[in-house]
Amino acid sequence: MEKSIRKYWPVFVLPTMAAFTIGFIWPFIWGLYLSLCKFQTLKKVTFIGLSNYTKVFEDATFVHAFGFTALFTIVSTLTINILAFFLAMLLTRKARGTNVFRTIFFMPNLIGGIVLGYIWQSLLNGLLSKWGMPLLALSAKEGFWGLVILMGWQQIGYMMIIYIAGLQNVSPDLIEAAEIDGATSWQVLKSVKIPIVMPSITICTFLTLTNSFKLFDQNLSLTNGEPAKNTQMLALNIYETYYARSGASWKGIGQAKAVVFFLIVVVISLVQLRFTRSKEVQA
Amino acid sequence: MKKKLVSVLLTASMAAAVLAGCGGASAPAAAPAAQEEAKEEAPAEEKEEAAAPAAEAGAGKVYYLNFKPEADPQWQELAKAYTEETGVPVTVVTAASGEYETTLQAEMAKSDAPTLFQVNGPVGLKNWADYCYDLTGSDIVNNLTSDAFELKNEDGSIAGVGYVIESYGIITNKTLLEKAGYTVDDIKSFDDLKKIADDIQARKDEIGVKGAFASTGMDGSSDWRFKTHLANLPIYYEYQADGIDQTDAIKGDFLDNYKNVFDLYITDSTCDPKELSAKTGDDARNEFLNGEAVFYQNGSWEYSSLAEKFTDDEIAMIPIYFGVDDANQGLCTGTENYWCVNAEASDDDIQATLDFINWCTSSETGASCMANDMGFVIPFKTAVESPNVFVKQDNEMTAGGKTPVSWNFTTMPSENWKNGVGSALTAYAAGTGDWDAVVTAFVDGWATEYALNE
Repeated sequence: MEKSIRKYWPVFVLPTMAAFTIGFIWPFIWGLYLSLCKFQTLKKVTFIGLSNYTKVFEDATFVHAFGFTALFTIVSTLTINILAFFLAMLLTRKARGTNVFRTIFFMPNLIGGIVLGYIWQSLLNGLLSKWGMPLLALSAKEGFWGLVILMGWQQIGYMMIIYIAGLQNVSPDLIEAAEIDGATSWQVLKSVKIPIVMPSITICTFLTLTNSFKLFDQNLSLTNGEPAKNTQMLALNIYETYYARSGASWKGIGQAKAVVFFLIVVVISLVQLRFTRSKEVQA
Repeated sequence: MKKKLVSVLLTASMAAAVLAGCGGASAPAAAPAAQEEAKEEAPAEEKEEAAAPAAEAGAGKVYYLNFKPEADPQWQELAKAYTEETGVPVTVVTAASGEYETTLQAEMAKSDAPTLFQVNGPVGLKNWADYCYDLTGSDIVNNLTSDAFELKNEDGSIAGVGYVIESYGIITNKTLLEKAGYTVDDIKSFDDLKKIADDIQARKDEIGVKGAFASTGMDGSSDWRFKTHLANLPIYYEYQADGIDQTDAIKGDFLDNYKNVFDLYITDSTCDPKELSAKTGDDARNEFLNGEAVFYQNGSWEYSSLAEKFTDDEIAMIPIYFGVDDANQGLCTGTENYWCVNAEASDDDIQATLDFINWCTSSETGASCMANDMGFVIPFKTAVESPNVFVKQDNEMTAGGKTPVSWNFTTMPSENWKNGVGSALTAYAAGTGDWDAVVTAFVDGWATEYALNE
């Protein structure tokens, strides 16, 4: 058996490898190359070197979008994870109807981002106009909090499920032992439960962090960057670079922005993974 | 034996994983939403194509990426009729409103790219100039009534032909206007319009309307009526005054008039200006259809949806009087719809496409479908007269000595410029921004964006 696997490994590896190459590696290399080019479609590509990259940082809207995205990511990662963890704690108590509530909280995650964005736009605008406040498209502050609420509503349920799975893994023996030692419920949470669910925290922060950073659909449908690009996030900014102006050179600049964007996402998520992993313990 | 079973199972599960891998991999590769939207509308056509009698070998095929969602059903019919008549398969895909450029971008990158597509004028042509087949000397160009409808490259080759002429202005509900004690003939200038609109607004409960003007919606589905179409007027008058037809630095001499008209729209309106940022194109149309507003700025393309409710005698289109040369100003008439043939397509496909557009504009079926079903006026010698009442009014006004306002928004520097003006207008309407921001976006934005296009 072992021998035949050693012999036939290409049969097992190659198909997956091919799919991975076609679906990921090849487009990725093309993407890197295109960021050094001027192009309208992939049929006619002119190599122009690094000049696209210099234009990326001259663009004030890109820098603004970066700041806005960073702020949004911090706020939404914190709110989503704290609320999701809190809900998970509530729904792991053996109360009646927990399954119904878990389902209900999870459901928003099943609706697509664009649809959610438009629904929340009407909801929030209805409320704002009732209060006599400027509508979403007119105030960057409201747009920001609108996005936080929207993302929270959509993602809390999903993260909650992961936390529930983590919390159910905490052995009752450990909790009982802690309680016999006289630990308060706060101490049990802090010193027993949280260290053990740390892997769930790692995965949840990773997901929320990258999701928030790469947010596009919700941003497009809820505010579309209004007012005057003040709520524009990075992904939308890149999209607009592609389409909002005529001329082949803008496609290359958009592509260069996308590469910069990719690097930022990689760095941030690696730092985060390293940080939360270091807190994980073996029970 | 058992070992064999295990290895068979293993292989099977690997194979399954590979399939799953393929499925997963193709998903992210399947690019933007626009493309998907286009696909959604495509299947019906693909079926038709398959059902159509197999075309003579090498006869080519036509793939038209249509810009006008309002004319989609008619195009599908026309394509079917053409295929029945000639056996040449024609696929018509319509891009979602406001998504044409993104859809075109995605479609052009495919191996089965559109053979016939649209650009919206000289600025739009910049993206696609390399992909446009030179139409010089072709039948479609020879059939044009005027060479003003040729869209030329810098080297003089013909990249596109304007295939539909449209007019826009202020669509008026004559019945309601008469109820208020006026007729269309009472409106001869901006001052008349303002006086009457103010009066209607003051007596709106008595007349039974919500406001004089349908909502000046600044949602993406409606804001082009103001950031593009209304903004054409200050550009037109400036070009006229300076005797030019394009500029890289607009001066904004007529922006005060622009402000006056916009102020009138948002003050004598069906809703609070604070709510305009969320009002859509459908909102405005419905207000007009339901008789909640007397005036509605839009174009001749609205005729088919308005004709469902109103008879030709009940509606009229009046010029957007601008307070500059009201006595001579006609409707805004022109085109931003230029047909281009994809030069990258195979020779057979190019020929098939040229034949198709010729047939659409010169055959009895084609020309009458474009006039009667789509309500278009087409600038070809073989055109059939359109029943569109707004078009007739445009002809009457021109015959009566008025000068139609040409469409200069095709020279606007970029989408980004339009968006900047739109954002500033929205903020101004809601009171969160001031008019100076509009002026800045208009004048300074123009210069900046023009420089960036080069």
